[in-house]
Amino acid sequence: MQFDTSMLIPVLPEIFILTAACVILVVDLFLKEEQRVISYGMTQISLLLAIVVTLMTAPAETRIVFDGSVIRDGMSDLLKIAIYIISAGAFLYSKDYLKDRDLFKGEYYVLGLFAVLGMMVMVSANTFLTVYLGLELLALSLYALVAFDRDSANSSEAAMKYFVLGALASGMLLYGISMIYGATGSIGFQAIGEGLANPDVNKMVLVFGLVFVVIGLAFKFGAVPFHMWVPDVYQGAPTAVVTFLGSTPKIAAFALAMRMLVDGLGGLHADWQYMLVILAILSMGLGNVFAIAQGNIKRMLAYSTISHVGFILVGILAGTTKGYTAAMFYSIVYAVMALGAFGIVILLSRRGFEAENLEDFKGLNERSPWFAAMMLLVMFSMAGVPPTVGFFAKMFILESVVSIDMTWLALVGVFFSIIGAFYYLRIVKLMYFDKPVDASPLEAGIDTRIALSVNGLSMLALGMFPAGLLSLCSAALS
Amino acid sequence: MTFEKFVFYVFAAILVFAATMVITRRNPVHSALFLVLAFFSSAGIWLLAEAEFLAIVLILVYVGAVMVLFLFVVMMLDIDLATLKAGFIKHMPVGVLVALVMAIEMFMVVGPANFGLEKVPAPAAQGAGYNNTEELGSVLYTVYMYPFEIAAVILLVGIIAAIGLTMRKRPETKFQDPSVQVRVKKADRLRVIKMDAED
Repeated sequence: MQFDTSMLIPVLPEIFILTAACVILVVDLFLKEEQRVISYGMTQISLLLAIVVTLMTAPAETRIVFDGSVIRDGMSDLLKIAIYIISAGAFLYSKDYLKDRDLFKGEYYVLGLFAVLGMMVMVSANTFLTVYLGLELLALSLYALVAFDRDSANSSEAAMKYFVLGALASGMLLYGISMIYGATGSIGFQAIGEGLANPDVNKMVLVFGLVFVVIGLAFKFGAVPFHMWVPDVYQGAPTAVVTFLGSTPKIAAFALAMRMLVDGLGGLHADWQYMLVILAILSMGLGNVFAIAQGNIKRMLAYSTISHVGFILVGILAGTTKGYTAAMFYSIVYAVMALGAFGIVILLSRRGFEAENLEDFKGLNERSPWFAAMMLLVMFSMAGVPPTVGFFAKMFILESVVSIDMTWLALVGVFFSIIGAFYYLRIVKLMYFDKPVDASPLEAGIDTRIALSVNGLSMLALGMFPAGLLSLCSAALS
Repeated sequence: MTFEKFVFYVFAAILVFAATMVITRRNPVHSALFLVLAFFSSAGIWLLAEAEFLAIVLILVYVGAVMVLFLFVVMMLDIDLATLKAGFIKHMPVGVLVALVMAIEMFMVVGPANFGLEKVPAPAAQGAGYNNTEELGSVLYTVYMYPFEIAAVILLVGIIAAIGLTMRKRPETKFQDPSVQVRVKKADRLRVIKMDAED
């Protein structure tokens, strides 16, 4: 490899976030307890600056550097910017929550930034090795974040489950990668694509490897039947962490699927298409049905995640640019919706009280009509009620499978969405038609109020004008 | 049978024996020691495959560091073997069946049919001056520089997570502060009490 400094420009966003995380780690050491807000502020500023750095270094055409380890294309840039913005939102919502519970520490933000870095590495990975390392960086940071509330037995248990199952999934993924390496002799996505075109390639070994790769992927997505960790982790982890864990990593998981299955194993589309069909139908079905039975709002949102993952998989399995665009749109929109929903859950919680049950939403309209309206928008969007953006996200996905003559799959999707609408609308009913159980007013800083309002209204704004984000997504993939 | 083949079979037999002992011994300390033997035999096999650097690293890192730590942990923890072993006999038939099916499947895929010598020819032998440490180093810091740096970041996260999750201030812990000890003055330690002499 011939090294020249211009190779560093495409990875400048990663370098920037890594430097920022290390600087915050050191600065935080010298801060007093009451100055902790400086670490928080620095984290938010780094995420903002990262947007600027990413935009400024955006190359005119796709660039592959470091001997094929890194790819910088339209998709990586758009997804990275979405990751920065949504992570910043998650950090903002979690600030007051952490302060109230004496968890307001620099490590939360440092680990959060490292998780963001892991997602960035995954998003612009171009070999299986880079994908895997990015995934581990993200996962390791998340394990530590889930266990962040050290004195809570629930979060330790959740972290343990997450860690053991995550390690198992990584093992599966690695085993699959080793098979693909055995068959094609390479771990770079372009070289694997060329290897697949070779008629002498050993199909049996390849498909064997593919099965393990898909299993690893399904674990990370939380798709049925590899979803067991999702509800437990969502319930056990501190709400502030779930807000982060439940939103942006879904974008990263989408990128993981795109890089591995489309960039790398695109030649095996006919083989993985039906594997994803099974995962998608099971996820949409089980996710929506099980969510109805949940009395805990975090568990309910966990099952709702599983059903939304099913939809994202439907878009990917279509195997057309239209499908990928729809899946990308859906994953970004889902991350924003999840952020809003957990933001409201955080808002309802306060020192010594966790708003975890559906009853806590009773009569929210009387306590705060504005936030009830925001939650209404988020719930409508998750259910897919027009004119919120959730409707369009679902519609684009369904359109893409109809166009490849899998209308039956679209019908299955619609059927389960209707079942799913029940539990989202139940929350709306609790908020508007029930008497509040406790009438204490909601306390929130001005920043949280503004962010939640923007978050809620964006559901409506994106729904009124979906063309903007959609054209960004399709431009990123072309 | 050439001498090399003989050595391979000896190492392989020891490896399989040691691996079986790891999972069947009642005493976890014995299991850990057998695992050391298993690592050692695999290192021998790697040495036969001319992967000298990896063989030595396996012994240095896994036997020298990881297993010693493991032994300490096993000895420190009071593991209740009875609860661990509960249900072992009950679940064994299912476990054996699953393991057997998996072994057959894996043999079909990674066995000689797909990865035999005629499918994947053995690499050509290297000359006497060949140094595989140098070869590894030269790709590790050039071609694989980016993944190498990411791996370093993962280790950093590991350190932060470990310290963040385990370090806590315990107010009841007693400790010495040498700087305070040095700065101590006579007045801090000695109290002269004036009292009347007793009769």
